Amino acid sequence: MSTRIKEFNLPDLGEGLTEGEILAWLVKVGDTIELNQPIVEVETAKAAVEIPAKWAGVVTRIFHEAGVTVEVGNPIIAIDTDPGAGPLAVSPPAASSTEPAEEVIEAGLIGGPAPGGRTAVLVGYGPREASGKRRPRIGTASAAPVAAAPAAPVPAAPVPAVPVQAAPAPAVPPAAPVRSGPVLAKPPVRKLARDLGVDLATIQGTGPVGSVTREDVQKAAEGAAQPAVAPATAPATSVAVFDASREQRIPVKGVRKLTAENMVASAFTAPHVTEFLTVDVTRTMKALDKLKARPDFAELRVSPLLMVAKAVLLAVKRHPMVNSSWSAATNEIVVKEYVNLGIAAATERGLIVPNVKDAGRLTLRELAESLNGLVRTAKSGKTTPADMSHGTLSITNVGVFGIDTGTPILPPGESAILAFGAIRPTPWVHKGKIKVRQVTTLGLSFDHRIVDGELGSKFLRDIGVFLTDPEAAILAWT
Amino acid sequence: MAKGERKAGATRPAAPASGGAGDQHPADAPAGGFVQLLTPDGEHLGSVTTADGTTYAVDFTVDEYKGLYRDLVTVRRLDAEATALQRQGELGLWASLLGQEAAQVGSGRALRKQDMAFPTYREHGVLYCRGIDPIMPFGLFRGVDQGGWDANEHKFNSYTIVIGSQTLHATGYAMGVTMDGKTGTPDGEAVIAYFGDGATSQGEVNESFVWAGVFNAPMVFFCQNNQYAISEPLERQTRIPLYKRAGGYGFPGIRIDGNDVLASYAVTRAALDNARNGQGPTLIEAYTYRMGAHTSSDDPTRYRIASEVESWRAKDPIARVKAFLAKQQMGDADFFEEVDATAGKLALDLRERVLAMPDPQPVTMFDHVYPNGSPELDEQRTAFSAYHATFEGSGH
Repeated sequence: MSTRIKEFNLPDLGEGLTEGEILAWLVKVGDTIELNQPIVEVETAKAAVEIPAKWAGVVTRIFHEAGVTVEVGNPIIAIDTDPGAGPLAVSPPAASSTEPAEEVIEAGLIGGPAPGGRTAVLVGYGPREASGKRRPRIGTASAAPVAAAPAAPVPAAPVPAVPVQAAPAPAVPPAAPVRSGPVLAKPPVRKLARDLGVDLATIQGTGPVGSVTREDVQKAAEGAAQPAVAPATAPATSVAVFDASREQRIPVKGVRKLTAENMVASAFTAPHVTEFLTVDVTRTMKALDKLKARPDFAELRVSPLLMVAKAVLLAVKRHPMVNSSWSAATNEIVVKEYVNLGIAAATERGLIVPNVKDAGRLTLRELAESLNGLVRTAKSGKTTPADMSHGTLSITNVGVFGIDTGTPILPPGESAILAFGAIRPTPWVHKGKIKVRQVTTLGLSFDHRIVDGELGSKFLRDIGVFLTDPEAAILAWT
Repeated sequence: MAKGERKAGATRPAAPASGGAGDQHPADAPAGGFVQLLTPDGEHLGSVTTADGTTYAVDFTVDEYKGLYRDLVTVRRLDAEATALQRQGELGLWASLLGQEAAQVGSGRALRKQDMAFPTYREHGVLYCRGIDPIMPFGLFRGVDQGGWDANEHKFNSYTIVIGSQTLHATGYAMGVTMDGKTGTPDGEAVIAYFGDGATSQGEVNESFVWAGVFNAPMVFFCQNNQYAISEPLERQTRIPLYKRAGGYGFPGIRIDGNDVLASYAVTRAALDNARNGQGPTLIEAYTYRMGAHTSSDDPTRYRIASEVESWRAKDPIARVKAFLAKQQMGDADFFEEVDATAGKLALDLRERVLAMPDPQPVTMFDHVYPNGSPELDEQRTAFSAYHATFEGSGH
């Protein structure tokens, strides 16, 4: 390149940057510029900066217009540093080329190639590796892999300089050459060898500079497995454990994705507390039987869930604070006078929590109808987003799966959720004697930001009181 | 500065007390005031007495005032050249001192020959005042050497990148000065440690305050409060003015107008003299502003507003000296032009010398790890040399 015309390459403006966007040129072709005169504004990932001219002279070429992103090391401007010396010789050769000038970036010696064809450096991701920028290795000028033939003298130092010694015992197979240095192999290859029980030192590497490759190890393992000597079990089991073909990968989307997001959001924003109460629900079961016998409940499906829902609704009336939500945006606790009672339902689409709107105002029969309809809609997969929004308090009936209880996670925005376990005939102290009674365990999780242990305990206790003797509770509370 | 040494000084009562200038703080001073001797308009206040009764004063000769101006202009010009060199790809990084010239030149000129200084990576102005060739730090920022100079010869330690660590080195050095019996007289030695507002949040700085206080070390802690710890503003560093922290460690703290070279000189000189006389450490908070980026890798427009920068531009440390010199007819247009031209020549010379710095051989990275090498290091060097030789054009 002419020493008179100098090309300025975009430098790394901030410790490990790879590119910059030309924001605006402050000079144009033909301008006479001074040393350190601002010539261009460039924006990088770190900062928008002005670049001062490196040389005084006349601008002969601008390589990229504003708006173009230029990789570090590529020329952006050419300057005639001796304009007084008369007209330029024809066609400066380098000016028409967008190839980076020589010696612009030497690929760093730190680390090897990084993903994306870059070179790992200490800061950032390093300059992008453009073809031909890395200094070629001596003796590897051709792109072909190094032939296995060791006949030609190899000057590269990592290859042991000591020639392979003639083994005195001809019985030793040539596959186990004497080495003067450590075996060259990448860490994953070493691990593979260890997993397969292959001694790297016995393998003749076919990789670059004689290093042992993954294929070499596998070949050696197969070869070793052929003779009867090889232990049959070790390789087989160790391979099977990591058999990707026996793993199933399910994309996370839809209800599963929503559920995951809700649960993570809830679990990491609302500090949960869970309390348990085991109650004798024999009288509740008897009350259910009486209900079923009534003509106005005849066509309805009446389940223990109905009684639990009623218990929750009555307990909310006595402790309205549990039916509230935490508003971080306004720094308020929003106490709701309406109860939109959510019922967690397992469907083919996954877990959904539709809610009975304003459930506190419903009669027991209306509540039963609503629960029936809600479950039917959910099972048929027709639950709408409106059905699932604005829940204020929820019940999850894990009892239907034969489970005793659980520690439910709050639906986002709600302060309490009740897990309702299986009802089992259980030995129970009843009126001073051990009797077989219908017993279940309730688990109540609540948001400790709003609900303290005392309030949560009283709320759960009242649900228990109702289920122990629903008729007395209704008489006493309503 | 011989004459100035005698004429600048402080008288203060025996009991250590802290505080900025009492009732007379200027309108643009921070709450609590600061010691200011030269206003942004170039008005020389002559002397100022703080709330605790200490009086600070400077009365330099014309040549001394002009010398300070030349220092300020020169260090700013060299710094601007370094910033340009970084933008041109000739330095990997540069930490500009723009806006902090007065704090550095004032305190740097206040050092006596025997005093030892421990800088951060931004004290190019102090380095210049210590008589060190300004090219010295460029090896470090260009990445061609370790940026080393003889710390003992120049009484100026190596640049320290790790925030605040140098305050411990300085305190240990100062304790050593006491153990050597070199304090307690007007010819004694004193030690100054430079650091920024962000460093005051570091454990090292607080530890060094403890040690210096307890051992009555001959220390001056010189904090250039440039308002930002990279992007973190001062209010995220402290609930009280930084100089008041000294009280908790049992030594006086004082705040100065960091853009006033005279206040920086007078207060630093007084604090150093107290230290060398065996009166223990002082914390000086130079209230200033970093006009540029934290380093060349930083974009300050992302975290501070232009009007703030403009308000500080009105308090420029050089403009006020120029205004003072012009008003007092100490300097005319010819003088100011000559100073600019001379600084420009120095900058151009610096540029040429930086560009001529030879690239080091990669293998030299092993040279200064241990004074006498080590077998393992020798092995690494041999292996690396062999590896390096496998590349074309490696010069082996």
